[in-house]
Amino acid sequence: MKAKVHVTLKAGVLDPQGKAIGHALESLGFEGVGDVRQGKFIELDLDETDPDKARARIGEMCEKLLANTVIENYSIDLEG
Amino acid sequence: MKTAVIVFPGSNCDRDAAVALEAAFGTRPAMVWHRDNELPDLDLILLPGGFSYGDYLRSGAMASQSPVLRAVKEQADKGVLVLGICNGFQVLTESGLLPGVLMRNANLKFVCRDVDLVVDSTASPFMRGYATGQQVTVPVAHHDGNYFADDATLNRLEGDGRVAFRYAAHDNPNGSARDIAGILNERGNVLGMMPHPERAVDPKLCGIDGKAMFTGLVEALVPTIMEG
Repeated sequence: MKAKVHVTLKAGVLDPQGKAIGHALESLGFEGVGDVRQGKFIELDLDETDPDKARARIGEMCEKLLANTVIENYSIDLEG
Repeated sequence: MKTAVIVFPGSNCDRDAAVALEAAFGTRPAMVWHRDNELPDLDLILLPGGFSYGDYLRSGAMASQSPVLRAVKEQADKGVLVLGICNGFQVLTESGLLPGVLMRNANLKFVCRDVDLVVDSTASPFMRGYATGQQVTVPVAHHDGNYFADDATLNRLEGDGRVAFRYAAHDNPNGSARDIAGILNERGNVLGMMPHPERAVDPKLCGIDGKAMFTGLVEALVPTIMEG
């Protein structure tokens, strides 16, 4: 099955890159954009077919490597 | 005295570190490749600056999972001194040997220049050559040096005298919380710092304010060897 992992900065952690993107959008004339936060998107192809087991396994991967939980949150979406 | 420099693919301050160590200790450090999973008996391990594994995922993240880091952790647990400079500091936070994280510089720019530092705590072998409150000038060269930890962790670091160096108030180059430039672990045998003392050991190059770290380490380690 395929899994999609989103890694995002925790609320309250400053995101100067997100801010810079926001400024760039503004200078391009895109109005009405509030806060911009930048994160990572990681796609995994897994042999595992049991969704619960897959979720637990990916959670472990996020804790160990994919996210730095001092500053980042992660969410897991499974497909197929 | 036995020292080692860990070399990752993408390390680029490993040879500078070796020169600084050899000048102070009088013996050549072992250069240990990242795939090695065993280390000889050592007194000091240096994790050098650079861009280990191309900074993939996060600076220091891949290196923190490398075979050699398991061996470094074992040695650190035994009390062997571990000094992480720049990317080495990032590896130490990613591996959990030091708390917090080094984020992208607040102004998003790679900063490469001399900075003024203030010596905060001298209560470790690394800081033996310095005096509390002393101001020194040491170069930095990094993109991800913005130290961040939650308030409780920062308070604990300060309360326990585990901040080794701060950027002088007028000279914080990266937005680090509380101007932190270098921190120690609880036991005081692991130091991570963004500035490069190994680049400031020769009057012809970048000054000599980094030299006291290495000569201080020699002094700190000599009695141990004599007793041992």
